[in-house]
Amino acid sequence: MKIIVCVKQVPDTETRIRINPEGNGIVDQDVNWVVSPYDEFAIEEALRIKEAKGGEVVLVSLGPDRAQTALRNGLAMGADSAVHLKDAAFDAADTMGVAKALAAAIKGIGGADLVLTGQQGVGGDHSQVPGLLAGLLDLPQVTMAIKIELGEGKATVTREIEGASEVWETALPAVISAQKGLNEPRYASLKGIMAAKKKAIDVKDAAALGLAAADLAPLTTVASLELPPARPAVRMIDGDPETQARELLRLLHEEAKVI
Amino acid sequence: MKSIVTFAEQRDGKLRRPSLEAVSEARRVADAMGGAQVEAVVIGAGSGALAAELGHYGADVVHVFDAAELAHYATEVWARALGQVIGEVKPAAVLIPFTAMGKDLAPRVAAATGAGLVSDCSALAVKDGKLEARRAVYSGKAFATVRWSGEPQMATLRANVFSLATPDTSRAAKTVARTVDAASRAKVTAVNAAAGGKLELTEAQTIVSGGRGMKGPEHFHLVEDLAAAFGAAVGASRAIVDAGWVDHHIQVGQTGKTVSPNLYIACGISGAIQHLAGMSSSRIIVAINKDGDAPIFKVANYGILGDAFEVMPKLTEAAKAYFAAKG
Ligand SMILES: Cc1cc2nc3c(=O)[nH]c(=O)nc-3n(C[C@H](O)[C@H](O)[C@H](O)COP(=O)(O)OP(=O)(O)OC[C@H]3O[C@@H](n4cnc5c(N)ncnc54)[C@H](O)[C@@H]3O)c2cc1C
Ligand SMILES: Nc1ncnc2c1ncn2[C@@H]1O[C@H](COP(=O)(O)O)[C@@H](O)[C@H]1O
Repeated sequence: MKIIVCVKQVPDTETRIRINPEGNGIVDQDVNWVVSPYDEFAIEEALRIKEAKGGEVVLVSLGPDRAQTALRNGLAMGADSAVHLKDAAFDAADTMGVAKALAAAIKGIGGADLVLTGQQGVGGDHSQVPGLLAGLLDLPQVTMAIKIELGEGKATVTREIEGASEVWETALPAVISAQKGLNEPRYASLKGIMAAKKKAIDVKDAAALGLAAADLAPLTTVASLELPPARPAVRMIDGDPETQARELLRLLHEEAKVI
Repeated sequence: MKSIVTFAEQRDGKLRRPSLEAVSEARRVADAMGGAQVEAVVIGAGSGALAAELGHYGADVVHVFDAAELAHYATEVWARALGQVIGEVKPAAVLIPFTAMGKDLAPRVAAATGAGLVSDCSALAVKDGKLEARRAVYSGKAFATVRWSGEPQMATLRANVFSLATPDTSRAAKTVARTVDAASRAKVTAVNAAAGGKLELTEAQTIVSGGRGMKGPEHFHLVEDLAAAFGAAVGASRAIVDAGWVDHHIQVGQTGKTVSPNLYIACGISGAIQHLAGMSSSRIIVAINKDGDAPIFKVANYGILGDAFEVMPKLTEAAKAYFAAKG
């Protein structure tokens, strides 16, 4: 069983965001970069499948040099090898460009029985790459998985929807994206961290993936980035609990007009 | 003539509210583009019956894929159907609700049609005949204005943010019956209603959430009682989901649901950045917390500094009386 896991490096959510002077992105420095939490679920699931059925786990990440730290984290958790997609041409790529590069990389390593991703790369919060990737690779997809059971050439996947869960059966290979609830990711052991240092990271640029500038031309661009509008200062409601309760209802009705 | 295609999600023979919001927004966008046509697409067994309602909300044409084998959502089939309409109509824009289904479907359609896709938009504007979208990024710590370089301009829309049009029952849409190959490599084999089958968080107009300040699962009924009094959905912080007091499907936040209700009442929740990521776009936020320095008060409109165990029962009582009097 060969499993490819797509790993995105993202700013830790605790990180304070500073907007760059151009006003269309964030300042990269001083940001604490981590593996997107949903991708940790995907890595964990891949490792569990490997432990149960045997096989190999290959990580793929597109990003600048620092993305190697994310790959090392995944290798330390137990993944076997990693591919780093790195090229200045990727800097302006949108989700479609990223998905094209990932698709080319996956084809380049001979495909897989299963491609796992996070359901969303936190920060950008697009939730697009899994579906784009499945579409580009012409594979079936199941997104937001909270349970995956593998059978012979197929998988049974539980996916969360509003007010219900769906059970899907998909042929393999397929792209499956991980939602919280799928598993509890492990921490890398000291031994794992040491072993990860010796594992290979294969670096590929756009040319190696057979991608030209035109393939990576963004279909969407961030024209500007702003801090959210400040919320009005909180209005504290005084009095004993009964008075507070009545006053809150009055304000919600008369002032806020939400009840 | 220019057109805007919108995907109308239906489940169990009903159009879901986010779909009606998307049709309403498609109408506004079409009008702002100087009278473009709104073409809705509805897919599913029995979906033909929903065409009239889509007309009331602003669709000019409704493309109906109504066949017995379309009983369950299947990504590949739905994408094929939507792709068929997009291929023929060549719309300026495609609007899809950012629901579990829309989130799954839109990228697949984008891959097939080569459309640029902007996810989870909270506002759309028309500038020089082109769309411009606004969306939250970095867990709501920033907002991006995004533009497309070509057409179709595809966007998914956050639920509960775009206002519903007032339905006009005298408006009739033209319906076009269509067929699609229903073959799919991934299929739904069962649908299980979530435990309790309660109000869906992402679509709720009011949410009452509880956190670690509730002290233990045995007190969580205070949150449920307050929610019941307001007719609200129940939410939770991750702390109490991880502690096993409540199911994770009600978690609000960065690794839970993103919600934008009219009213969000946070009880015993500190307001960690990851929690705020899921609820800071709520219209009115109320915080009940005994710590005046809790970060939740920085985003709250109304605050009650006090013991949740004293305040919540009083608020439940007062709310019951208020809604009973209002009728
Ligand atoms: C990668 C990552 C993802 C995360 N995702 C999420 C997420 O999706 N959602 C989420 O919620 N969190 C998330 N978290 C966790 C988050 O950082 C906080 O730990 C969590 O939100 C805290 O929950 P809480 O507010 O219930 O608990 P606490 O922070 O412990 O706050 C409890 C609050 O209750 C108040 N209180 C105590 N007793 C009373 C009383 N009697 N009356 C009134 N008030 C009282 C206290 O003053 C305090 O403010 C995430 C964390 C990480 C690292
Ligand atoms: N640059 C990237 N490198 C590797 N995987 C990615 C990248 N961007 C997105 N992904 C994968 O796609 C998932 C969804 O990301 P997104 O569509 O950006 O929200 C992530 O959780 C990753 O698994």
